[in-house]
Amino acid sequence: MTTTSTHRRDSVALGAAVGLVAITFGLLASTSGLSLAKAMAMSLLVFTGASQFAAVGVISSGGSPLSAVAGALLLAARNSLYGMRLSEGLARHGWKRIPGAHWVIDETTAMSVAQDDDVAATEAFWWTGAALFFFWNLGTAVGVLVGDAIGDPDVYGLDAAFPASFVALLGPHLSAAPGRVAGLVGASIAIVVVPFTPAGAPILLAALAIIPALLVPAAIKTTDSAVSTVEGTP
Amino acid sequence: MSWTAILVLAAGAYGFKLAGVLVGTRIERPLLRRSVSLVPPALFCALIALQTFERDTELVLDARVAGLVAALFATWRKVPFIGVIVVAMAATALARVLT
Repeated sequence: MTTTSTHRRDSVALGAAVGLVAITFGLLASTSGLSLAKAMAMSLLVFTGASQFAAVGVISSGGSPLSAVAGALLLAARNSLYGMRLSEGLARHGWKRIPGAHWVIDETTAMSVAQDDDVAATEAFWWTGAALFFFWNLGTAVGVLVGDAIGDPDVYGLDAAFPASFVALLGPHLSAAPGRVAGLVGASIAIVVVPFTPAGAPILLAALAIIPALLVPAAIKTTDSAVSTVEGTP
Repeated sequence: MSWTAILVLAAGAYGFKLAGVLVGTRIERPLLRRSVSLVPPALFCALIALQTFERDTELVLDARVAGLVAALFATWRKVPFIGVIVVAMAATALARVLT
């Protein structure tokens, strides 16, 4: 009961925080010359924040639509990896996973995989997806329409909201050695390659951290089970 | 940005998501399954690092570092999820005022 209400509340909170970031997107979109309809089409149909920011950023700095779309798609590619991770839980929802795939992004994956059991994990996915979809589109509209009145959102430290939410959700992954290695190596790869690669590539290359992480775990698990075998406890 | 560009981007973005969801259930080899389960820590730590230290594909040190430190501290002190976000935003905003 407690965990259920916690992850529902957290989903809505994350949605609200992301909605504030969407105001920034709406503002940037409108200053880049996008109409309300186009900005809303991006938030409704593309619905993956990093890609949207990248595309609009390229356009506003005078880049071609082709490079804007290519860069944005490079950032969107990681959602395939998230989809694989979430696929098993989503498979239990039958055809709903087809439209549900639209909500497979950083935040929904993070909230889902942070849960202790499968039921909570899929529920967290749907709740976070619904909350984000609602607030992301609401925030975009607000940003386009009244963004000017709000001024520079970074003054409120908004850009800290996203990394902070991921810090808060990482705990369960870092409790075991393989997860810690994956995290540490992943972050290191991303930082090292940033100056030499286009946006989006560092995140994809960070997935290579899985390889060293795979080499770690067996040893520790064997030790644990060896101990429990000796002590006769499961 | 043209309507064509927006629709191509939308179709591509959804294509990536759906491909993962559909292919994922066919992954049966234990090694691959374990690999997929290690995706979140690898990518989320990379995201945290980039969103704290990267600006326009360059590495920079700015007020966002204060937010990261505050978030780590709040998480370590078992502050609830919403609190972690609020504390990090406040720390970053404060660091911006002070620097």
